[in-house]
Amino acid sequence: MNLLDLIKQPWPWYIAGPLIGLTVPVLLLIGNKAFGISSSMRHICAMCLPANITFFKYDWKKESWNLFFVFGIFLGGVIAASFLTDPKPIQVAPELASDLAHYGVTDYSNLVPTDLFSWESLFTLRGFILMVVGGFLVGFGTRWAGGCTSGHAIMGLSNLQWPSLVATICFMIGGFIMANLLLPFILAL
Amino acid sequence: MKNIPYLVVGILFGIIFVKAEVISWFRIQEMFRLQSFHMYGVIGSAVATGMLSVFIIKKFNIKTLSGEKIEIQPKTFKKGQIYGGLLFGLGWAITGACPGPLFAQIGTGVTVIIITLLSAIVGTWCYGYFKDKLPE
Repeated sequence: MNLLDLIKQPWPWYIAGPLIGLTVPVLLLIGNKAFGISSSMRHICAMCLPANITFFKYDWKKESWNLFFVFGIFLGGVIAASFLTDPKPIQVAPELASDLAHYGVTDYSNLVPTDLFSWESLFTLRGFILMVVGGFLVGFGTRWAGGCTSGHAIMGLSNLQWPSLVATICFMIGGFIMANLLLPFILAL
Repeated sequence: MKNIPYLVVGILFGIIFVKAEVISWFRIQEMFRLQSFHMYGVIGSAVATGMLSVFIIKKFNIKTLSGEKIEIQPKTFKKGQIYGGLLFGLGWAITGACPGPLFAQIGTGVTVIIITLLSAIVGTWCYGYFKDKLPE
């Protein structure tokens, strides 16, 4: 098996996790930047529609590195999907697959289930909740919490910040409640 | 031009996100249903690597490439980390994506996620609008 074939397979956690963690020192070393992704959405608000809101009145141009960073993440997605795809369907836990089948989710050809996330389903109640309400909660919640998985869970914990531990625990509690208690009702819509 | 290195780091980061399948809605469901170790392994080893890196940087007083002293802003506790954290957690399990993966998902060609990202930006804006009325 050559190297490209190896790269095309799904990467195990012990390769991906350390590489993701290395983003912390790389950003610090190249420009004293703290790893964080959700701030990019605040900068986009400050850039496009500050509307005289104090929270958006700052010099976002000083933070433009962050916008380049997230644009890079987008491009990374383009590159991975164009040149590094694994033709095999995504492998998931059998319990999850049998459960999702009840809700009509059977397509495992894409990392994002196209049975749930598509332009057609956007105009159904289920699709609206999954994409529009879900997205709103991500944006509103991360800003209120002052960071997301990258800023709190990875950067904050790396720097031993206990408020970030509180935030991370709350992210997980919210996720457990949604995935186990609420999402089954949403998927059944 | 000074921003090009961040673009490059972003590209590499995006590729890792896709190839480790952390942008997958399925992997996020497995994590919150305790059906797979994968995401715990990714986040856990990322935090361990980050901690060790920050420890080394502080211990040996390592400077940036341009010779600046490395400074990391401490995080101060606010109640928002609880309320906002819970709301974000709910959204994370619905969309199967935190903010970073949203950008990568769009890149892989799932164009409808543009709507999820726009909605997240609207959510961010609404937080800014209501900020003074919310418990900090």
